[in-house]
Amino acid sequence: MELLQFARGPALTVALAVFAFGALWRLLGVLLLERRGVYSAPRPGAPSIFASALAGIIGKMWPHATFLKQSLFPVLNGYLFHLGLAISVLLFAPHILFIKSISGLSWPALPSNLVYGIAVVTAVSLVAALVHRLTDPVLRLISRADDYVSWMLTFLPVVSGIAAVSHIGARYETLLAVHILTVCALLVWFPFGKLMHAFLFVVSRGETGIRFKHRGADI
Amino acid sequence: MTASTTATGVAFDAQGQASDEQRRNLAMQALVRDLAATGAAQLESCVRCGQCANACHFYVTTGDPKYTPIRKLRPLEQAYHRHVGPFAPLFRLFGIVPRVTAAELEEWEQLLFDSCTMCGRCTLACPMGIDIADLVKQSRHAMFAAGLIPDRLELMDRTTKLWGSPATPSEDFADIIREAGTQFGVAMKIDEPKADYLITVAPAELTEHTKALADAAKVLNALGVKWTYHSDGFEASNIGYLNGDIALQETMTRKLIDAAIKIGAHTLVLPECGHAYGAARWEAGRWYGDKLPVRVIHMTEFLDEAVTSGRIKLKKVGQSASFHDPCQLGRRGGVIKAPRNILAALGVEVKELADAGTVGWCCGGGGGVVSNKRADPLRYRVFEMKRRQVEDAGADRFVTACGQCRITLNLGASKYKWDRKAESLLELVADNLIA
Repeated sequence: MELLQFARGPALTVALAVFAFGALWRLLGVLLLERRGVYSAPRPGAPSIFASALAGIIGKMWPHATFLKQSLFPVLNGYLFHLGLAISVLLFAPHILFIKSISGLSWPALPSNLVYGIAVVTAVSLVAALVHRLTDPVLRLISRADDYVSWMLTFLPVVSGIAAVSHIGARYETLLAVHILTVCALLVWFPFGKLMHAFLFVVSRGETGIRFKHRGADI
Repeated sequence: MTASTTATGVAFDAQGQASDEQRRNLAMQALVRDLAATGAAQLESCVRCGQCANACHFYVTTGDPKYTPIRKLRPLEQAYHRHVGPFAPLFRLFGIVPRVTAAELEEWEQLLFDSCTMCGRCTLACPMGIDIADLVKQSRHAMFAAGLIPDRLELMDRTTKLWGSPATPSEDFADIIREAGTQFGVAMKIDEPKADYLITVAPAELTEHTKALADAAKVLNALGVKWTYHSDGFEASNIGYLNGDIALQETMTRKLIDAAIKIGAHTLVLPECGHAYGAARWEAGRWYGDKLPVRVIHMTEFLDEAVTSGRIKLKKVGQSASFHDPCQLGRRGGVIKAPRNILAALGVEVKELADAGTVGWCCGGGGGVVSNKRADPLRYRVFEMKRRQVEDAGADRFVTACGQCRITLNLGASKYKWDRKAESLLELVADNLIA
């Protein structure tokens, strides 16, 4: 079996299975824990639980003005690579074709050259995030192995994808196989590390929204 | 009790004679018992962005990364991932998450008690919505179970168990109330068999702030409502809430609620104390086990209702004032407008601090820190920041609605020979009542 066949076939199948089962397991493992009842009377005029959760999820998308001065770089850079990743993954024509081949779903793509440029910017942004983590005393102290593994496994698919599109360093088939294998590694790691915040942020922010809106407090 | 130092030179106190392994196990049991779905989702969501650091007064005033709020949760995180989380068996099997050790807990005592006031500014800054302050409170439960809390707080805990208050034996309470009435010339009501309002107190009001007892009475008398102080349930500060002593928290909560039910009160008024509000307003139902049959409000809310409904009239003080928002009342309790309404009714122009309301800085002494002598140097650093903000605001007066904040700020003022005093909002109202 050639590397590309292996990557597209068993490797991707196993990776997707680990991703789906692992992510579901982790989500259920958190959500099925005991939930404490709230017996305190809500602040008069407190919104519904749904509206409170939504307020938490949306309200936490941007910091309070007083915190923004210190967090401007991580916030802007964070938005940059998150949006870059989303565009690179979801709006690149070959990715959409691949998703269509396994799910039947498709949507319009952005011009490939534009996505290529966005992927390069995303890679630079990820490097900047790593440099920030390595040079900021707070981040250096609080970072775990997970932070570096997750960074690496996010970065590799981006650069391998850029290399595959650019035909840099090897045959296209080999580069594509490497790209798919890096995506497989990302999928396998995803449920175990901090990348799960892609799902869990909804729960965490939502719970905090419910807690503080119940009190009539800001989020 | 023993005052010791860890291998890394961090001072800690230990209570009891338990071995390191026993302490560790007791802490683990408490950590695991407390973790419910909300805390778990929040611990799982941290991306280590470090944005909580710049929200923390202890990090900002020292620049030491060890005070980064999320780092204070490390033992809790380890316990969660090793014993509770969805992959706990894997993490244990492969040693991916190490055991929490007694030495680690000893080292974390300072981080959880000396350098955290549970003010929740970090919660506000966290983009993932992690309520770090609440998780610190959970961590304190484990530290208390392990016998690893500052001796000064443990002493207050024992005193409260013996006396029903860290300030005075319960049997002396009625005398203190009567004496305050005599001293300040106000008619007091104590141990009335029936009343609509049960008025509770904070420890400082039984010692250095006794005028607050008379001030509350003066306002209630002016309103003409049926009210009383009661020896069965008066102590609202709830040292168990601060120390992580869940059993004591429950006992102190039940005393208040049971006393209110006994006298048929429809409203339980909490004193000018931030953490009393956190313990009783939001957590009392947990210990009562149902929705409370009595309304619980802070003195500031009570005064706001009395003023805005026009049931009491106030003289116009004039002048300007900055208001220090007690964290548990404002940021974590949602009571931001009420004190400003009262100041407006007094004709006081509010000159806000650079950070006020929801984003206001803590006084530095909440969460028991002001009672923890060991934390004095850290607390004074925070005071210096607060003092700068008050001076920059340029108001004539500096007012707050928490006795512990007042004590903290006035201790700082005394140390630095600052000629300003934090005043009580209740006192300001009582002194300017139109009879």
